[in-house]
Amino acid sequence: MSKIQGKQYFPSFSLRLMRVLHLDHALMLGIGALLLVGLIVLYSAGDESSALIHRQLTRIALAVVVMLIIAQIPSSTLRSWSPWMYIVGVILLVLVLLMGDVGKGAQRWLDLGFIRFQPSEMMKLVTPMMVAWYFAEKPLPPSWRTLLVAAVLILVPTFLIARQPDLGTSLLIFAAGFFVIFLGGLSWRLMFGMCVLAASMLPVLWHFMHDYQRGRVMTLLDPGRDPLGAGYHIIQSQIAIGSGGVYGRGWLNGSQSHLNFLPEQSTDFIFAVFAEEFGLIGGLLLLILYGFIIIRGLMIAVQGQDTFARLLGGSLSLTFFVYLFVNVGMVSGILPVVGVPLPLISYGGTSMVTLMAAFGMLMSINSHRKLWSK
Amino acid sequence: MLHRAVIKNHALEAQLFKRRALVAAIFCVLILLVLLSRLVYLQFFEFSHFSTLSENNRVHLSPLAPNRGLIYDRNGVVLAENRPSYQLELTPEQIKNMPDTLHDLGEIVDLDEDTLKRFDRLLKRSNKFEGIPLRTKLSEEEVAKLAVNRHRFPGVEVKARLGRFYPLAKSMAHVVGYVGRIDEKELKRIDETNYKGTTHIGKNGLERYYEDQLHGLVGYQNNEVNVQGRELRVLDKIPPVPGNNIWLTLDARLQQVAEKALQGYTGSVVVMKPHTGEILAMVSLPSFDPNLFVHGISHKNYKRLRDSPDRPLFNRSIKGQYPPGSTVKPFVALGGLETKSIGHKEQINCTGHYLLPNEERKYRDWKKTGHGMVDLDKSIAESCDVYYYELAYRMGINRIHEFLHQFGFGEKTGVDLLGERAGLLPSREWKKRTRNKIWFPGETLITGIGQGYMLATPLQLASATSILSMRGKVYSPHLLSAIEVPGDEEKVNIVWPPREPVKLKREANWGHSIQGMVSVLHGLRGTARNTGYGLDFKMAGKTGTAQVFGIAQDAEYDEETIAKKLRDHALFISFAPYKDPKIVVAVIAENGSHGSSVAAPISRKIIDEWIKNNKGKNAK
Repeated sequence: MSKIQGKQYFPSFSLRLMRVLHLDHALMLGIGALLLVGLIVLYSAGDESSALIHRQLTRIALAVVVMLIIAQIPSSTLRSWSPWMYIVGVILLVLVLLMGDVGKGAQRWLDLGFIRFQPSEMMKLVTPMMVAWYFAEKPLPPSWRTLLVAAVLILVPTFLIARQPDLGTSLLIFAAGFFVIFLGGLSWRLMFGMCVLAASMLPVLWHFMHDYQRGRVMTLLDPGRDPLGAGYHIIQSQIAIGSGGVYGRGWLNGSQSHLNFLPEQSTDFIFAVFAEEFGLIGGLLLLILYGFIIIRGLMIAVQGQDTFARLLGGSLSLTFFVYLFVNVGMVSGILPVVGVPLPLISYGGTSMVTLMAAFGMLMSINSHRKLWSK
Repeated sequence: MLHRAVIKNHALEAQLFKRRALVAAIFCVLILLVLLSRLVYLQFFEFSHFSTLSENNRVHLSPLAPNRGLIYDRNGVVLAENRPSYQLELTPEQIKNMPDTLHDLGEIVDLDEDTLKRFDRLLKRSNKFEGIPLRTKLSEEEVAKLAVNRHRFPGVEVKARLGRFYPLAKSMAHVVGYVGRIDEKELKRIDETNYKGTTHIGKNGLERYYEDQLHGLVGYQNNEVNVQGRELRVLDKIPPVPGNNIWLTLDARLQQVAEKALQGYTGSVVVMKPHTGEILAMVSLPSFDPNLFVHGISHKNYKRLRDSPDRPLFNRSIKGQYPPGSTVKPFVALGGLETKSIGHKEQINCTGHYLLPNEERKYRDWKKTGHGMVDLDKSIAESCDVYYYELAYRMGINRIHEFLHQFGFGEKTGVDLLGERAGLLPSREWKKRTRNKIWFPGETLITGIGQGYMLATPLQLASATSILSMRGKVYSPHLLSAIEVPGDEEKVNIVWPPREPVKLKREANWGHSIQGMVSVLHGLRGTARNTGYGLDFKMAGKTGTAQVFGIAQDAEYDEETIAKKLRDHALFISFAPYKDPKIVVAVIAENGSHGSSVAAPISRKIIDEWIKNNKGKNAK
């Protein structure tokens, strides 16, 4: 790959810099491209507000710094921190439930006096770390007992966050944990059985859902049910995407977004703005870019030095994919409305930092293997 | 605790992970293909559908109402125009405290309970950024006060909107009519597309008759709107085509003179040019202010107008049907000559009453002592009833009906107004048809003096007089003279073609009847000789007194004791100059008692005014 070529023939400045900073060249290219696309779309979605771009740039800068710092930490160190971070994270989640700030109808924030902090974001990383840490100690494929402990490790934060309520995040955390188990060799038969079980549990799940969550599911099945209420988001975003056509209306020309018909157009629904302005071709290219990053992430994971690194890297890459799938699925109307941002493109700080931290871990897995093996 | 050895096969685990990662990668690619196919579905297959929805979201088509055409009289005096009327509008999103604002505004302009209630209703269903009308028809004083206090009221604006205005108000109310808000019934009748954006429509009079000319064509404007419906910019615009201006045959000054002359009576005056059919004035009293109707008349005002016993909303000129009384005599006389029922020198002895063979009933003359020997000229000049009883008897109802019919009696004149009545010219067939009774000879006699069943509208009388004055030439009475298309330099004059003329076997007969009418004004014993004094040309006329109710045989008739409502109607038809007639006037003063003393002087005033204004113009 690139590192071999660079080392032996033309070790360009950027490649050497990458190596020094423990970064993966291909992954950096993909991330950089996505961030750039994100800024371009955000400029349009935010009604050409330069203040919005400045704030987003600040967040990107912060996220890149976080990524750089984590990339320097060897995965063995991350591994040793995992149980402690997990314990702290769960305690913080309990604290949020007890005394957290309420924002947009849900308790998600913990005010630590000097910083407002969302422990659930941290758990997106810590939960797969914890399960990977646990699996690394056990022979794989996992035994029943191992699976049971892993399930508890996943479900505790998942339920605590679902109680806030924050369905999107708890779903992502559950997925991240599940991917570790899956990659760790969960037997296919068991997985099939769990699917059947999950399907049979749906009515029970329905029973425990909040009214607004039920409404979202109902709306997905029939957006015309309440066109000005719950169905409005879905209808308007589909209009935006559909009216983009094959070639799009052109940058800054999306009428749905510029005339404010689109809800949440800078955050969760930014993909609709993108699809309206850049069309099917833009959508195709964007999905390819995401696919490239995910595949690259999985490749890094496969080459991981130990079980922990492999499982964590694989899980983070697949979680990144879940972000994409849930968001685009929601905006294009094949999944219910769940508050999941379009990774690296949506406006907003927390998810940006979390995602870049995850990429930092992938970088660390990649580069430290190399050093270690020498 | 016993430490159980953990047997980990690293190579196997790496292999397992590799397989699982491959499965996951394939799974991801498959899901990406699902997303992609969703995008293909939305953006390729359903593109036109969503594109349309997007346009519908974005573009709001708003109609632009055309300006209504103006109405002018023959000299260019404006009879109906569009004037800005000032209204107070409040934009809720700019007003911090609505109750306080309303309270403070109440100290500057008059805001009653109803106004506030209506505003409250509008407020609830309007957009926050739209101006909501609070008060319409602000007075100049209120506008000035608001202007001074403007800084105190952000979000409060005085807006000028075009509204129909009738400068001559009462004088033209019946003829010009008025516009009002479009109602349910009219919505069904009109082309809704063309009336998008139009709030008012001609309700009455010429405003209604020439609605198609006056309204114009609607225009459109495509606005880009945002999600709140606020208009951001105009995408394209098709300007409306304003309505045509219409020019009338009416002479506003003459109309007002006629109105003034008739003042004090209920009744009607119709003034025509006999040689063209142009109507110069059409007065119906009492009248009303049409401006009241434009912005919605208050219930109280409407009730007052509707329930008034004088019926001010009723256009007597075309809808009022009166017995023509003696004004019919010149026509009957002409019929007598034409049917050779009488010679123009032939004399009939008037003894004050008339008896039919084999009948007891006395048909009385208005002059108890009788007129003595009466020829045709004297019969018209002195309005001898007995002469016409005898003449009617000789002609018979069939020939009377046939002859009078040629002058338009019993038939609509076809004037360009809606709601015209046909009057009534009785005949045997008519009586058989409507009452299923046979015709009595006595009914023929009273038809001969314009009483009984016979009814005519003031316009019919004017029109019939025009035909007589023009010796048989028939012109359609009309009000529209020209149409002016805005932007065009020349008005388009409307040609009202003459109708089939009334042909007599002996042309000279016209002269005999007309001469009788001249004697009415200029003869020694003419019934309107007082009116004829001092004229420097000769005019022709005929007085009439129409009985409102029948008087029993032999009963003494005391005007003073009869309530005013039951007094006879006073009528007068006339034209001048008699040789080359340029003007015809028909007057009906309800309960005016005498045509000679009440109606004739009214005609004279009108003719004087007209002559005065047309001196030097060769009486054109």
